[in-house]
Amino acid sequence: MIWFFLISGLFLGWSLGANDAANIFGTAVGSRMIRFKTAALIGGIFVILGAVISGAGAAHTLGNLGAVNALAGSFTVALAAAITVAWMTKLKLPVSTSQAIVGAIIGWNLFTHSSTDMNSLTKIISTWVFCPILAALFSFVIFKFFKLFLHKSKMHLLEIDAYNRLGLILVGAFGAYSLGANNIANVMGVFVPAAPFKDLQILGIDFTGTQLLFLLGGLAIAVGIYTYSHKVMMTVGSDLFKLTPVMALVVVMAESLVLFIFASQGLQNCLTSHGLPAFPLVPVSSSQAVIGAVLGISLAKGGKGVNYGMLAKIASGWVTTPIVAAAISFVSLFFVQNVFLLQVYK
Amino acid sequence: MTIFLKKTKELEGKIDEYLDCVVQGGLLFKQGIKYYLEGMQDEFEKRMKDLDRLESRADRIRREIINKLYLYTLIPEARGDVLGIIESTDNVLNVTAETLKQFYVEIPDILPDLHKLYLDLADASIAALESLVAAIRSYFRDITSVRDHINKVLFYEKEADRIGDKIKWNIFRKDIHLSQKIHMRHFALHIENISDNAEDVTDRLSIATIKRSE
Repeated sequence: MIWFFLISGLFLGWSLGANDAANIFGTAVGSRMIRFKTAALIGGIFVILGAVISGAGAAHTLGNLGAVNALAGSFTVALAAAITVAWMTKLKLPVSTSQAIVGAIIGWNLFTHSSTDMNSLTKIISTWVFCPILAALFSFVIFKFFKLFLHKSKMHLLEIDAYNRLGLILVGAFGAYSLGANNIANVMGVFVPAAPFKDLQILGIDFTGTQLLFLLGGLAIAVGIYTYSHKVMMTVGSDLFKLTPVMALVVVMAESLVLFIFASQGLQNCLTSHGLPAFPLVPVSSSQAVIGAVLGISLAKGGKGVNYGMLAKIASGWVTTPIVAAAISFVSLFFVQNVFLLQVYK
Repeated sequence: MTIFLKKTKELEGKIDEYLDCVVQGGLLFKQGIKYYLEGMQDEFEKRMKDLDRLESRADRIRREIINKLYLYTLIPEARGDVLGIIESTDNVLNVTAETLKQFYVEIPDILPDLHKLYLDLADASIAALESLVAAIRSYFRDITSVRDHINKVLFYEKEADRIGDKIKWNIFRKDIHLSQKIHMRHFALHIENISDNAEDVTDRLSIATIKRSE
């Protein structure tokens, strides 16, 4: 039965792979610097690694928002988020899985009359706001630095191209790792309190129950990347803003850094041990990060050339995603509980 | 890192080799005109044949560059511009070789008192070609200097026009047969064509440079 219930989470993972991998490799594939197959392979491997190795931090924050404690409830919440993401992906809108799952969890809280942890919700929402701003700041600074470096170095156009390709692959791998680490919480976070997985040793490596769950989620994301992300990559790469390969590299770099700092427990420990304020570990939207990064570049270039219509279309998705996900979650929970007679909360 | 850059370095080398051919073609042209006007037929023919061979070699290198750019999907955002620039530069080299060949075929009778002007015209036209090559090299390595080299091309093109007009002005005030006047004018136009074509390439180059500077 557990496998059946996990299907919705795996479906959500697939949706995330189909959609959010475009935020890592879309600019590179859209500008034809990297072949889709290469991007999919690197993306798949590193998303899984990120999910299994560093996925716990952001999942913890999501667990605090609402601890979905029955497997059928987790199934319904993940399904609601997955439907929201798949539907918006179908409309070719870069959509946020983070917002979909948070919306769906709030739908569960409302349905079960559980209180929503306002502290966690505030932390999550403020991070959502901070995330694109930080991405814009990073890309602004990195872009200016790149321009200065390329101007001073007098590197041959073909060498710039070669280093750029290598950079896109390396930064793409880092981005995919960060995406896995940050966003696995969206895919499998709701199953953590309810899943009955035990610790296991596979090929001599010890996996905790949660890591096994994340491994499954990571695999689902990888399948999503392979099967459905190509179209979205072309949208992100070509429609939003005409990106040169150097800009593509800057965008992915800024976005990956943002995803990483909101997922890395290591960085958090390092900052706190030096008495510095740490970034909260929150699942953030890679879509928001990439849009912020693109805006940062456009600002560095004097604010010209942004397709504001497309930006507005994407921004409207940010508002509608959590609302739609909460509504679907609420209605689905009602059906699962009253029609299928399954326990959606304890 | 060396292996990683191997393909890139190879292609960089090909582009440099191609541009070297264009510069050498210009030098052979100048020498050819000089020997023609001095009546040194053997030397002239040798330069003409050398230029012909150089042009074929440049064609081969150009095709290799195009194939490699597409085969390895290199510089996707600038590929069209680079190919356009290389192909139109090839056109300038073709015109240069063709002009020298026309001297061989039609044997124009250039009046001795106009020899210096013809040599000056060839110098100005080839200076435009050489500045064009410098501009193209800068496009690849140092985008900020492209403008300076393009300005030189424009300067030498105007200079060639000025000398060409002077030649024609002189020709049509001579007491010679009209057919000879037209023939001599025709060859002045041929030589001017080299700088005109070089100027056309700079138009493409300017746009490509703006695109890269964005």
